[in-house]
Amino acid sequence: MMRNKALAAPFVLWAMIFIVVPLVMIVWYGVTIEEPIPYTEIVQPDGSVIYQLEDGSRTTEKPWQKRAVFSLNNFRRMLEPTYLRLLLRSLKVAVITTAICLLLGYPVALILTGRDFKRPALWLLLLILPMWMNFLLRTYSWMSILENSGILNSWIARLREAIPALDEWLLSMGVRRRIIFLYNENAVILGMVYNYLSFMIMPIYTVIEKIDKSLLEAAADLGASPVKSFLRVTLPYSLPGVLEGITMVFVPAVTTFVISQLMGGGKVPLIGDIIQNQFGKSSDWHFGATLSLLVMVVVLAFMGALGRIDKDDEPHKEVRIL
Amino acid sequence: MNWKKNLRKAYIGLIMAFLYAPIVMLILYSFNNSKSRAQWGGFTLRWYHELFTDEAIMGALGTTLSIGFLAAAISTVLGTFGAIALFQMKRRPRQAMLSVVNLPMLNSEVVTGVSLMLLFAMAHIQLGYVTLLLSHVAFCVPYVVLSVMPKLRQLDPNLAEAAQDLGATPMQGFLRVILPDIMPGVFSGFVMALTMSIDDFVVSFFTTGSGVSNLSITIYTMAKRGISPKINALSTLIFACVFILLIGVNLQDLRRDPRKGKVEKVRIPY
Repeated sequence: MMRNKALAAPFVLWAMIFIVVPLVMIVWYGVTIEEPIPYTEIVQPDGSVIYQLEDGSRTTEKPWQKRAVFSLNNFRRMLEPTYLRLLLRSLKVAVITTAICLLLGYPVALILTGRDFKRPALWLLLLILPMWMNFLLRTYSWMSILENSGILNSWIARLREAIPALDEWLLSMGVRRRIIFLYNENAVILGMVYNYLSFMIMPIYTVIEKIDKSLLEAAADLGASPVKSFLRVTLPYSLPGVLEGITMVFVPAVTTFVISQLMGGGKVPLIGDIIQNQFGKSSDWHFGATLSLLVMVVVLAFMGALGRIDKDDEPHKEVRIL
Repeated sequence: MNWKKNLRKAYIGLIMAFLYAPIVMLILYSFNNSKSRAQWGGFTLRWYHELFTDEAIMGALGTTLSIGFLAAAISTVLGTFGAIALFQMKRRPRQAMLSVVNLPMLNSEVVTGVSLMLLFAMAHIQLGYVTLLLSHVAFCVPYVVLSVMPKLRQLDPNLAEAAQDLGATPMQGFLRVILPDIMPGVFSGFVMALTMSIDDFVVSFFTTGSGVSNLSITIYTMAKRGISPKINALSTLIFACVFILLIGVNLQDLRRDPRKGKVEKVRIPY
């Protein structure tokens, strides 16, 4: 019989190296900063300078190495208003995105599980299919629809030419001929709703679909109006799906850095953009790690608030199958 | 009642329009005989011809596919054995390990990407193809474990014992008895891993280097200067393949299903 440990050991080792150690690295980088290694200059009798390091070793070249030392400076920096404002904006955008996704997505799941569509699963598949096109491309495609000389604006222009009264009314309302859709917070939210909407629809659909239809029939038989049976049966039973959907939308929304760059044109930086910058242009890995820690804490706090941690282990008997 | 039904259908129609609008645009642009997005220069297949001679795009496609299939294969093996190992653990360690395995899914992609990048930096491994592959395996394994676990729970525990009582070695028992039973979970884990890997941008962004780039990264680099219509052509081809494949598979299921055209399950690798 294969030993249990022989099977578990490689997997546990793998999980340690690729899940635990990387997270420990983030913590380590987050609580340290880099500083030049300390040395003392010693002037020799012949006028040349040698450098003595702390461990007593000497070199003739000026030490250039840096070392990591423990410091909470980056935490202090993180709490500066600039970064707090970015975090708040990220949270705001993510909350709005999640709310819109829920408002748009719940009815979709509800309608598809109803009696209107003969092949609900196929319709669901059609709703999910766009996700197979690279999300950067889809977002980029939105830009070409929304840009100043884009399709939407040219359609609006044509409509206004055709109906002068509408044009005059809109002008009097202060709506310009070329509406600027892109490069603001609303554009970023649109991009996020577009990319994450199916994350909301899927879990809600799965849960509503599993609701025992006889419960609804019973509610109707007992005289409940459709609205009441929705409120008393469908809604409570669908809550787990709603929570799952909220998580699946909120977490990527609060941390994205691509959608904000494309749809926001760099004018609406979010916390994810700043993290990305720390590992690219400004290259301060330590501060980047501190910000990553912040994001991690925010996400975990959010999940904790929704009660979504440690829920996957259903009880089962301990059995040996290998 | 009828107007209500129409209203509901119209709503689904609107959502579909919202979801498909940029895709339709993309497909149109792939046939546009003009480099600019702003104007329509007539119908052309030029981008489809040029696509196959573009070394950068073809290279990126090759990287995406090879990383995708390799990462999916490795993480399916690792995740399946991992799930079995987890399944056989005692309650406490199992729960601890499950929380660890779930971490990458709880965490945002940015955090996963950054943490893996720091790991490679610490180990002095130069970023490139290998680190990209390792990272993709790292974020795919949890999804495989997640899809294999439920199948293990449904398994009849007596089967494995029976196999061994009848003289099967553990390996034979695994291959002949366990694996066929959990195969649907293993397969959906593989497909999920493949999908995640092919679609990934964020983790790849942090963990690749030395000129190795997959499609997502190529598109990201292009997006700042303007995306070549060749990429649109490629995406149209990929989308068409996926579309035909999935619709085909599901329509076949529909036809086979004896229950009056109403199908409970649809094969969506998500």
